[in-house]
Amino acid sequence: MSRIEGVLKTLKDQGRKALIPYITAGDPNPDETVGLMHALVSAGADIIELGVPFSDPMADGPVIQLACERALKHGTSLRRVVAMVKEFRATDPDTPVVLMGYLNPMEAMGYETFATLAADAGIDGILTVDLPPEEADDVAPLFSARDIDPIFLLAPTTTDDRIRAISEHSSGYVYYVSIKGVTGSATIDVDEVARKVAHVHELTALPVGVGFGIRDAKTAAAVGRVSDGVIVGSVLVDTIARHQTDPAALRKALTDLLHPMRVALDDLVH
Amino acid sequence: MSVKLTEEMLKALPDARGHFGTFGGRFVSETLMDSLMTLEKEYLRLKDDPDFQAAFDKDLADYVGRPSPLYFAERLTRETGGAQIWLKREDLNHTGAHKVNNTIGQALLASFLGKKRIIAETGAGQHGVATATVCARLGLECHVFMGSEDIKRQSLNVYRMKLLGATVHSVESGTKTLKDAMNDAMRDWVANVDDTFYIIGTVAGPHPYPLLVRDFQSVIGRELRQQSMDAVGRLPDALVACVGGGSNAIGMFYPFLADEDVQLYGVEAGGFGIETGQHAAPLCAGRPGVLHGNRTYLMEDENGQIAGTHSVSAGLDYPGVGPEHAWLKDIGRANYVSVTDDEALDGFRRLTRVEGIMPALESAHAVAYGLKLASTMDKDQMLVINVSGRGDKDIHTIAQLDGIEI
Ligand SMILES: Cc1ncc(COP(=O)(O)O)c(C=O)c1O
Repeated sequence: MSRIEGVLKTLKDQGRKALIPYITAGDPNPDETVGLMHALVSAGADIIELGVPFSDPMADGPVIQLACERALKHGTSLRRVVAMVKEFRATDPDTPVVLMGYLNPMEAMGYETFATLAADAGIDGILTVDLPPEEADDVAPLFSARDIDPIFLLAPTTTDDRIRAISEHSSGYVYYVSIKGVTGSATIDVDEVARKVAHVHELTALPVGVGFGIRDAKTAAAVGRVSDGVIVGSVLVDTIARHQTDPAALRKALTDLLHPMRVALDDLVH
Repeated sequence: MSVKLTEEMLKALPDARGHFGTFGGRFVSETLMDSLMTLEKEYLRLKDDPDFQAAFDKDLADYVGRPSPLYFAERLTRETGGAQIWLKREDLNHTGAHKVNNTIGQALLASFLGKKRIIAETGAGQHGVATATVCARLGLECHVFMGSEDIKRQSLNVYRMKLLGATVHSVESGTKTLKDAMNDAMRDWVANVDDTFYIIGTVAGPHPYPLLVRDFQSVIGRELRQQSMDAVGRLPDALVACVGGGSNAIGMFYPFLADEDVQLYGVEAGGFGIETGQHAAPLCAGRPGVLHGNRTYLMEDENGQIAGTHSVSAGLDYPGVGPEHAWLKDIGRANYVSVTDDEALDGFRRLTRVEGIMPALESAHAVAYGLKLASTMDKDQMLVINVSGRGDKDIHTIAQLDGIEI
C-alpha cells in the first residue's frame, strides 16, 4: 500500500476527509518551502500538493502564474523541488507529497531520471496537468514501477467512458476539477459538484479529491461532505503573495487559513 | 536520414491520436479533451462533405480572391543571377496574408458546430485581423488575445481588429508576446468551453489543430502545383517559406511532400544571430519538448522552462513550431535554416525596390533566404518564395529602425 493509499484508508476508517493544501515550490523563495510544508502539516494537512513552477502554466489563473514567476526568478528547477521534498522527508516520514506540474520540465530532465530521483526523495504521487492518460504510456509506468502514484484529473466535461479509463490509469486518488476554468477563478456550485462527484464514485473505487474554488472552511466542509478530500490552492498562494517578506507572519497567516478548514472537515464526523 | 514519402504514408499522418512520428499529440488539461475529440470527429466528417468543401472553396474564391497569383520576378532574377525567382502572392489575399485561408475554414467549422463565440491568439496581428474579419462577416462575437509587447509593435493591426468589432485583450503575463497570448486564449477556452470555438492561427496546438490548419492552408501548394505546370510545364526545383508556427510553410510544402525532386526550405527567425541565443529558431537550435498541447522542437533552458525569443517580426516570435515540421526535419524531407533580423530587413528592401512588392517582415525572411539560395542555383532552375503577407503593418517598425517618426 502506498503512503497515499495508507493515509486515505486511515481517514476513511475514521470517517474523516483529507485536507490537501497546494503551494508552489520556491514561492516566495526556495529557502522557505520546506518550512512552509511543515507548517501546513501542523495546521492539519493530510497530503501536500507541491507545485513545480513552469514558465507557461496554461491551466492556472493569475495567482499561481505569479507564484511560478516568483519561484522561477529564484531559480527553482525541478531538480531543486525534488531536493526540497527529500529535505522535508528527512523529518516527516508520514505525510504524502504529490508533485503537481506541467510535462516539459519532466521531459527535459528525462522521465527515467526524474522517476528515480522522485522515488529516492520520497515523493508519493505525480500529477501532470497537461498529460492525459492517452499520452502517458511512456511515463506513468515508470512512476508506478517505483510505487509513485500517477494521479490524473477529471473535469466537468469528462465523459463516463473517460472517467472509467482515467481511473484505470490512476492510483492513490483521482482529482476532480470542480469548475470549468483555470485555478483561482470561479466560485463553485456545491450542488453541482455533489451530483458529479457522486456520479464519479459510481464509476470508480478510487478516492476522489476535489479541487478548484475552495476558499474557506465553509466551502471546504460543503465539498468535504460529498468527496474524500478537498484540495486548497489559490487562497493559500494568494496569502503567500501577501506576506512574501515576513516568514513568521506568513506561517501564521497560512495556519489561520488552513486550520479552520481542518476543524470544519472534522466536524463532519458524526 | 532521408525517407522517400509516398501518398500512402502521408495519408496515415497524423495517426489517430494526432502524432507525426514522435511529435504532435494532445497534451492539454482534461477539461479540453472532450471538446478536442468532438472537434476532431466533426472535422473528419466535414472534411469529405461536399457542402462544406464547396462553401470553403467559394469563400476562398469570392471573399479572399483566390487563386493568388504566381508571379515571375524577372528583375529580381536578373539582379540575383541564378535560378528563376517566382513569388506566390499570398500578400494579395483579402486582409493581406495567408492567415485568412485558415480563419475562413475554422469559422465555417465553428458555424457547423453551432458555436457563436470565437477566440484567437495573435502575434503580428495578421491572424487576429483575419479572425476578426470572418467574425464580422458571420456575425460572431470575437475576442483576440495579444501580448502587450506585440500590441505596441503592431498598433495598426490592433486598430483594424477594433474597427472590425473584435475585443482585443492585452496579455501581460510571461514575455508578453505570442506564446503568452496562446496561454491566455487556452485559459479563456477552458472557462468557456461550452459556447466558444478557439481559432488557432498556425499549425501548432493540440490535435486536431495541426491537421486542420494544414488542410486549410494547403490550398497554397495545390494552386502552386497547377500554376507551375501551366506556366513552365513542370514543378519548381525549390520552395522557400518562412516558419513561425509554420502554417504558410506547411500549406506550401504539403502538396509537394511526395515529390522528392522538389527541395523544401523553411526559414526561421535568426534574430540577432543563432549564436547570441536571441532568436526564434527552435528547429535550427532547439530540442524536442511539450508546449501548447503538442510535442515539438522548442526553445527552452536546461530545466525545461520555455525560453524568451527575439525576432524583428512579431509573427515569427514564437518558441515552438508545428509538429509536422519537427517530423519533416527529423526525417530529412525539409531543410530548416535561419536568417537574421538584418538579413530579413535587407530582403524587405530588395523586394520593395526591385519589384515594387513590400513583403511582411515575416515573409521577408523567406525572401532573404530565397535570394541567397537562388544565387547558388542554375539559371534553368526555378525557385518559388511564399510571400505570406504584405508589409503595410510593418511600416512603423521599419521607419523606427530608420530613425524616422511617422
Ligand atoms: C505574413 C505572415 N507570415 C508568416 C507568419 C508566421 O506564421 P506561420 O509560420 O504560421 O505561417 C505570420 C504570423 O503572424 C504572418 O503574419
